[in-house]
Amino acid sequence: MSVAARVDSDDQLARLLQIGIVLEEVVEARAYQHYQTLPEVERDAAIEGLLAEAREESAEHRRRLEALIDDLDAESVPFEEVEALVSEQYARNHPTDFDGVLYDQLNGEETAYKFYDDLLTAIEESEATFGVDREQLMTTLAEIREAEARGVEAVARLMGDRA
Amino acid sequence: MNTADQYLKAIYLVQGIADGPASTGALAERLGVSPASANEMIGKLQERGLVEHEKYKGATLTPDGEKRARDALQTYCILERFLANVLEVEEFRAEARQLEPVIDDTVAERLDMIIDREPQCPDCFHPETDACALLEAELPELD
Repeated sequence: MSVAARVDSDDQLARLLQIGIVLEEVVEARAYQHYQTLPEVERDAAIEGLLAEAREESAEHRRRLEALIDDLDAESVPFEEVEALVSEQYARNHPTDFDGVLYDQLNGEETAYKFYDDLLTAIEESEATFGVDREQLMTTLAEIREAEARGVEAVARLMGDRA
Repeated sequence: MNTADQYLKAIYLVQGIADGPASTGALAERLGVSPASANEMIGKLQERGLVEHEKYKGATLTPDGEKRARDALQTYCILERFLANVLEVEEFRAEARQLEPVIDDTVAERLDMIIDREPQCPDCFHPETDACALLEAELPELD
């Protein structure tokens, strides 16, 4: 093993992209669960819009990561599998009000941002040649990271409006 | 997980196996680094009050160091369990070691939302097999 944060092989890169896909799937599935379980009194157009957008954005990121994984001859984790796992565990760790839902969404977007940021750094640290075009890989990950940053801002703005 | 936390976790596990201070050699071997690098890092951790180091004996975690080491071990347990149970990776221990430096504890916390971890974690982690004793998975030989 090495203590260095560096991606050295296609296998390692594919595994990290799989983790990225799962993180996106967790955001997507939890946004759907929030939407289904949020009490009527806590609902409004802003939160419903935010959750719908979060689901669409995560699905789009997932598709872009899946395209990269395909080029590495690895397989993605089917969304249905992660969705089932999220549902199983949702009861023990789900928010029950508007603020809790927003906080969970914020946490999901911030975590995803941190993940892509660390992954980009770990790829930059490596001189390995990957089975996927490096420039395309870096551009895709950087664009997704920026979208996560915008997602964080959107949730924070909504939190500010509600304060 | 940053380098300091990887060292603290390794010291915690080596202390458990040795039932005493973690020697520089054992730590270097576990982390795949040179003894000189291990020594340098132990010095830094000592300056930060996370480790006490006694010449010719080895490193012992302070209470603050032990707390951080246990948090780091929990992050590692999440990663192993996620790889074994969700991604169904056979060589989950070897891969967890490779991926550990790139996975932040906030990312592990998110992955923890879909795995079934036991409440006694990380006490169920077995330092010699390098896996959770409660994890229902085959343990192939480690390199």
